[in-house]
Amino acid sequence: MTAAAMTTPRVAPRERLIATIARLLDGCRHVAVGASSPMPAAGAMLLRAMRADDDAPMRISILGSVAHNFFTNGGVELFDCAAQGRIDAFFLGGGQIDGAGNINLVGAGGYPDSRVRWPGSFGSAFLAYVVPRIILFREEHSRRVFVDKVDFISAPGTSPPGVFRTGGPQALLTGLAQFAFDRAAGRFRLVSIHPGHTLADIRDATGFTFDHDAMPAVTPDPDAHTLGLLRGCVLDELAETYPEFARGLRAEIDALS
Amino acid sequence: MTRILDIGGLGRLVRSGSKVAVPTDYSGVSMAMTWQMLRDGCDGLHLVCVPAGGMHADLLIGAGRVATIETSAVTLGEAGGAPCFMRAVSEGSVRILDATCPAVHAGLIAAQKGVPFLPIRGLIGSDVLANRPDWRVIDNPFAEDDDPIVVIPAIVPDVAIFHAPAADRAGNVWIGRRRELATMAYAARRTLVTVERIEDGDLLATEMSAAGVLPSLYVDAIAVAPRGAAPYPLWGEYAGDPGEIARYARAARTPEGFRDYLAAACAEAVPA
Repeated sequence: MTAAAMTTPRVAPRERLIATIARLLDGCRHVAVGASSPMPAAGAMLLRAMRADDDAPMRISILGSVAHNFFTNGGVELFDCAAQGRIDAFFLGGGQIDGAGNINLVGAGGYPDSRVRWPGSFGSAFLAYVVPRIILFREEHSRRVFVDKVDFISAPGTSPPGVFRTGGPQALLTGLAQFAFDRAAGRFRLVSIHPGHTLADIRDATGFTFDHDAMPAVTPDPDAHTLGLLRGCVLDELAETYPEFARGLRAEIDALS
Repeated sequence: MTRILDIGGLGRLVRSGSKVAVPTDYSGVSMAMTWQMLRDGCDGLHLVCVPAGGMHADLLIGAGRVATIETSAVTLGEAGGAPCFMRAVSEGSVRILDATCPAVHAGLIAAQKGVPFLPIRGLIGSDVLANRPDWRVIDNPFAEDDDPIVVIPAIVPDVAIFHAPAADRAGNVWIGRRRELATMAYAARRTLVTVERIEDGDLLATEMSAAGVLPSLYVDAIAVAPRGAAPYPLWGEYAGDPGEIARYARAARTPEGFRDYLAAACAEAVPA
């Protein structure tokens, strides 16, 4: 083991994901996250903590939260705000995500009487078109989720010329890897693989083809300063809105030592 | 004039076959009226979730009261999927009109303005749009180049139902910054509200309170229902009870479990 590796703090997989989310949000002024999205919220809170000394602090809107929500015009304001270009990033998941960046939040196996029905599209059929930086986030990386072609398109990855579209998927982050979405090609490119996994693992668990380097990079670990913020003020802040999640993450961190 | 009734009287104002608009889980769900409607037996409802549904929608679907559900989603949040909704949609026993959140708002806002439709961005190329023949794509009449845009027809609920912290004796209702509750009331033919309490003062008397008020002009009847949103939270009043929602989620996994939960909860929810 090299000296550098010995001084690098050990990192929980979820900490690495949260730090990756913070990197993906770099440069954003206003990030919105869904009501039950603790990981995206944690990433946004981490970036805000990293930028606490900046002149232009980042805004975070957590839907359904009273404390982290400055909207005063009801449920429609988030969507109006997005339509005006005032939201830089939003997170979307999906029961299925395909290689063309299409997402399915509705169901698998037929429609409307789907064999497996999920909650529904929520705001995705709108936000995916108008938020510049859509980050697709799904921890489960399996062929069940990452399919060749979704059974139902809640929101398409790309739109033909002539269709109004100021936003769309930019990245896909999973429990195994990070991808970038090439909007011109309508395809994903593998950016990095999380430590402990191989390109073969990613291929085995992905039902669509994607572009990649011959030797893909490894997702970097957060540095000591970033980890300090995450384990300190960010975890405290997170506990106010997502107490269960914060407890679980704290236990994961404690188990490292 | 806004009538002040008891919960039973409020329930009698909901007719079978009505188009009923209800808010989303954090916005002021009237669980008190949900239980009342379950006791009363109105059915064939067209439920409009503004813009998503939760336990309230799932209970009405599980009890067989909903013919059509128009919504961007139905979920029990952290407790997972809505079991009766998922079962009914898979079996085809409820008609589903899948929407997206801003489209539900757009339809209600069109009704609020008394116009036939409202345009919104997004949606083109999605299967949400492909499965909504009642929505249309038009050419933006103001664009120089081709600019297709979706138009959402006005949604006019027969009745809007929600829960709020307080009303005054004139029927003015305090909705704070939950403006979608006002939109629902503007759009609906009739609005029924349950409240934690009725206050003696005039909510329109000061600018501070008036700014968060839905005037009685839009409110047909109110009833007092303490903790009427529980187990959902009511902003500024009380937190939700995720344990109870999780208990419901477990029970409703089977039709038998749902029936037992419903029978017990309906009996318990009868006001003294």
